[in-house]
This record gives sequence, C-alpha cells and structure tokens, in this order.
Amino acid sequence: MKKLLSVSLIGLAVAAASSAQARDYDQVRIGVDVPYVPMEFRTPEGDLTGFDIDLGNAMCEEIGVTCEWIEQEWDGIIPGLLSRNYDAVMSSMTINDERRQQVLFSDPYITMPSAWFAASDLDIDEANEETLEGLTIGVQRGTLQDNYVTDNYSSVADISRYSTADDMVLDMDAQRLDIVFLDFPIGQSTLVENEDADYTIVGEKITEPKEYFGDGFGIAFRQRDEALAEKFNEALATLQENGTYDEIHARYFGEE
Amino acid sequence: MLDISAWFNDLLSGNLIFTSTTLGYYWTGLVTTTQLVFLSLVIGLVLAVPLAIMRSSRRKWISLPVYAYTYVFRGTPLLIQLYIIYYGVVFFDGIQESFLWPIFREAFYPALIAFTLNTAAYTTEIFRGAIKATSKGEIEAARAYGMSQSLMMRRIIIPSAFRRALPAYGNEVIFMLHASAIASVVTLMDLTGAARYVYSRFYTPFEPFLFVAAIYLCLTFAILFFFRFLEKKLLAHLKPQTP
Amino acid sequence: MLDLQGYGPRLIEGAGVTVQLAVLSLLLAIALGLLTATAKMSRHWLLHGTATVYTTLIRGVPDLVLMMLLFYGGQIGVNAISDILYYSYDIDIYINFNAFAAGVLTIGFIFGAYMGETFRGAFMAVDNGQIEAGKAYGMSSALVFRRIRFPQMMRHALPGLSNNWMVLLKTTALVSVIGLTDMVRVAAEASRATHEPFVFLIPVAVAYLLIASVSEWIFARLQKRYDIGFGEQ
Repeated sequence: MKKLLSVSLIGLAVAAASSAQARDYDQVRIGVDVPYVPMEFRTPEGDLTGFDIDLGNAMCEEIGVTCEWIEQEWDGIIPGLLSRNYDAVMSSMTINDERRQQVLFSDPYITMPSAWFAASDLDIDEANEETLEGLTIGVQRGTLQDNYVTDNYSSVADISRYSTADDMVLDMDAQRLDIVFLDFPIGQSTLVENEDADYTIVGEKITEPKEYFGDGFGIAFRQRDEALAEKFNEALATLQENGTYDEIHARYFGEE
Repeated sequence: MLDISAWFNDLLSGNLIFTSTTLGYYWTGLVTTTQLVFLSLVIGLVLAVPLAIMRSSRRKWISLPVYAYTYVFRGTPLLIQLYIIYYGVVFFDGIQESFLWPIFREAFYPALIAFTLNTAAYTTEIFRGAIKATSKGEIEAARAYGMSQSLMMRRIIIPSAFRRALPAYGNEVIFMLHASAIASVVTLMDLTGAARYVYSRFYTPFEPFLFVAAIYLCLTFAILFFFRFLEKKLLAHLKPQTP
Repeated sequence: MLDLQGYGPRLIEGAGVTVQLAVLSLLLAIALGLLTATAKMSRHWLLHGTATVYTTLIRGVPDLVLMMLLFYGGQIGVNAISDILYYSYDIDIYINFNAFAAGVLTIGFIFGAYMGETFRGAFMAVDNGQIEAGKAYGMSSALVFRRIRFPQMMRHALPGLSNNWMVLLKTTALVSVIGLTDMVRVAAEASRATHEPFVFLIPVAVAYLLIASVSEWIFARLQKRYDIGFGEQ
C-alpha cells in the first residue's frame, strides 16, 4: 500500500484517475523491433544502438528509472505490450487511430514520412494504381505501410510481407522485389545510401491520409499506465528544452 | 444453452476478425499450403525410391553419397535449409539474367525445393529400412526361381517394402504438413502466413491461430484416415494366403 | 576463423541458447510424458480423457502454430488470471515469462505429448508378472516403479526418446521466428546485415549436425547400459 501511495503522489491527478493499477516502476522494460536502421539496430558485437535507443535511454535517465530493452518481432509488438512482456514500446511506432484503440501513446517524439523506393532503372515517377500494376511490392508485416498498400493496391500488385526491414532490402538486392514502401529514413539509409546498388526514392515523401500515416512516432503504453506515459512526456519536454534531443538527433540524421 | 447461443451471436456480429476479407486470406493460405505439401511429397517420393535402392546398395561409392545427403538433410532444421536455398540462390552470379530466374524469384519455388529435398531424405531412409527388412526367405525363393536382381527388386522387394513403409510414410506426410508452416518466414501466404497477417493487423493471437490450428487438425485427421484406409486395403490384398 | 565478421561470439552465445533450450525442454517433456503415459493407462475416465485430448491435439497441429499460440496467447491467459485476482481480491501478483522461459515451456509442452506416446508403449512392454512379483515381495508401488518398471521401461523407451530428442533439437530453430535469440536467429540477422548467408548459415547447420552426432553417441551408450542383462540385441 505504501508503494501505491507514493506513486499516486508523484502522478498527482493522473494517478488519482488511474489508481486502479498504479505500479511503482523503478524498472521499465521497453519492447523494440531490431534491426531498423538508423532507428534501432545492433552492432555486430550485439550492442543496441540507434535514435530510439539513445533517446529512450536519455528519457529513462531523466525520469530516474533503469530501462531494459526487450527485442520483439514487429508483428507481435502490440500484443507483447498488452500481455505485459514489457511496459512500453519505443520502436518507430506511428501514432494512429487504429492503434490508439489498443494502446496509449506518448506525445510524438519525431515525425517521419513514408516513401516508395525502387531501383533507379525501374523508371516510374510516381507510385499509383497504373504504375504499380503487376509489380511486386515489399512491406513489413503489420506496419501502417502494410495496411496502406494492402487496402489500396492489393488488387493490382503482388504484396510480399516481411518480418524485418532487412529482409526486404535483401530481396530488393536479389531483385525479387520491384519496389518497397517504408519509413523514409530507413529506406534512405538502407537503400539509397547503399553504395553497391542504385536505388532511388519514387515520388514524394508521403504523410497523408492521416488515418494511415498518423501523427509521428510515439512511445506506446498500456491504456491504464497513464502515470508512466506522463512521466515520459515530461522527460521528453525536458530533453527538447535542454538540447539533449537535438544532440541525439544530429547523431543519426546529421545537422538540419 | 441460451447463454451459448447469445454468446455466439455476439461473437459474429461485433466481429472484425472473421470478415470476408480475412476468410479470403485463410482460403488462399489453405490452397498454398496444400499445393506446397502435395507437390513436395509427390516429387520427394519419386526421388526417394531410386535413392533408397542406391542407399541399400552394397557398393560403398553408391550408398555413401546418398547417406551423406540424408544425414545432412535429416540432421539440420528445415528452417536452415529453407534460408540457405531462399537467400543463397540469389548469390549465384547471373542467376537474375538466366531462364531460371522467373522460378527462383517467387518465394514458392525455393520453398518447394527445400521441402522436396527434405522429405526425399526422410522418405529415402524410411524405404531403406523397409527394403532392409525384406525377409531372407522371400529373396531366397526369388533367387531359386532364377529371377534376376532387377526383376527381384521390381517384383518382390519393392512391393513388399512399400507395404511395410506405409505407416511410417503416413507419419512423414503429417510431419511435412506441419513443417510447411515455416513457409511464412519467406513471405509465402500459407495458412500460417495468413494467421500471422491477421494477427499483426488485429493484435489478437487467439482467433487467427486457433482457427488455423483447427484447419491443420482437420487436415491431419484426413491424412490419418486416408492412410488407415490404404493400409487396410493393401494389407488385405497382400495378406498371406494361409487359411 | 571464429570471428565471422564480428558475429562469432554472438553465434556461440546463440548456440548456447539452443543447447540450453533443447535440454531444458527435453527434461520438461520427459516429466510431462511420464505423467501423460501414467494418465493414459489410468482407469479413471477423466485422467485418461484429458491425456488423450492433449496428445491428439498437440500432435495434430504444427509446432510453429502452437508456439505462436502459446507464446503470444499464454501470457494473455496468465494475465487474465492475475487481473481477476487483482480486481476481486486485491492480490497483486505478477507473473512474467521471459522469451526463454516461454520457449522452454512451449517446446516442453509440445514434446510432452510425443513423449507420452513413447512412454506408454514402453510401460506396456514391461512384463506384468515382474510387477506382480515385486508387489509379492512387499515392495511399495513407488519402489516397484523405481526398481522394476522405470529401468525396464527405459530400455524400450530409449529408441523413441532418442528420436524425439532429434526432432526436438531441430524444432528449437523455430523459436528464432518468434524472437528468441538462438543461433539460427543470430545467423539470419547476420546474413541479412552482411548479405552473405552462406558464411553464417552453413556453420550453424554444421553445429546442428555436431550436436546430433554427439547425442547419437550418448544414446548408443545409454542403450547399452539399459540393455544389460538382455544379451546381444
């Protein structure tokens, strides 16, 4: 009971509203799907690194909790959160309404458009029903890109669904895929900046319609852990003010 | 009783997961699984018969290579074999330009090749065991009749080996059906692939996985009963003619 | 040579995970298998029925599907129970399976069904007269089990046991699909990152062959031990 009391003091109004389940988090386990360069990936030695990882660790430090990262395949990442295999998900997850029904999101911490990528010699300027006809499109299973492509192009093109983004890149190199649709920075760093092959973005970066592409990346929590989400929001605000956020951003995306 | 029917109605009306679209995915999944398993079993069986005869040969240079093949394919996980064939094949220089590429480009054929080689290895060993178990009396009788080695193989050894191999082969068929579930790791939308897709879209494990588990269970029973029936039939036909 | 572009140490770690996972699952499967075999031979319809349903269902569904069901669904089931306890009785227990424990439980649960069949056949092969003789000597049923039934049963169970172990060993590769970092997962990850699948997948295949060969040797030794007193077989 003491624990319950102390947590509700910290969380104030929020905790009062959700006192049904206020757990004293001194350790927060965060689910993450690797690799997703440059957001989250492992060095060959096995160390986790990336924008999400550095920012997440900084937030945990700010809150004063120890964070443990737990690897989870993307297609099971929300069920894993709901079933308490971890307490939060920080893994380039876009905030959208479909997911809001399942989880509670923090404030967005970065905004990322999606984009189409293909070999330069594919020679199309824009992805639409006509240009995609008969092509094989690669997406990561269970992502908003998967939902978007499935709902809009499954009648004209073949869709191959992958467990990881790296699988897709491998099959792009193998020429099994004609075109992929993924988060812009991932395509940029794994395909366009790949020196051995010649890939390019097709058309503009895509952020609309909002029902698919949402409002930027957020950290996901279980609905009832409002106090925890609030702590992360406060930490994010602090880091954005004191310059730590910009420093981490520059580390992975260069100076703006 | 009322409770149950009310619950059932409730289940169907508010249901996002069993829609005509997702049922369509399960259907294509079932078709893909069936094609993959059926084709790999048929081709594997055709390969296994000569391999089993070679494997039973007393000449080392004939039997050893076949033994090496079955040892490797039975000793390593099918998943590794699938990865090697699916990812490995694209590293042969110029395969993308060759006439084979339209085949290897699809995930279906690398999976089919991996499954076929795997089941052929197991089936070869099953047949070898059955050939080895041919009773000495039968062979001596055939020799006494002046049958040549090949005639004896064709008329005596192979038919009776087939019969002895049937129960074990039935298990292999079921094993193959179950093993085919890994096809979804190389993007194939088989039954398991369909369940994984529905799961990742609706964030619920129970409905999709229980549903496909039930389908697999039905398929398993169908195979089981088919082989029971076959065994009865073949055993009746080949039963010793003693009164 | 073992560096493998920096992935060597992690591959070896992954091999450790594979072996631990396989051995622990085997132990669980043997325990479950003994229970199941006993239940199946029981005259009580409920025990008998439960064991039959368990072995039939498990053996009728692919390992991977069962794994996904138990792995993803199992925790939700456990949580539902802890939620009820929390809301109704204010008891705050929290059970969490990490990926490794979930893997062991899942594989152990699956192979318990196969082991059950193996052990049942083996128990039936033990001559009933011997058990009666043991009882006539005034042995308790626990002692009969330890001294007479178990050692003789093992002789009959070993071939099946060894077979199940080989299948179980290869089944552990599937945990890589649901996110456990065994050697297959490390190899797949490294293949994707470096675009050199053969460099990583072939050593892993060889590692499986090695483990299989070593266990074949161990089982042959065990068989010899349990065959003592039965002459040349």
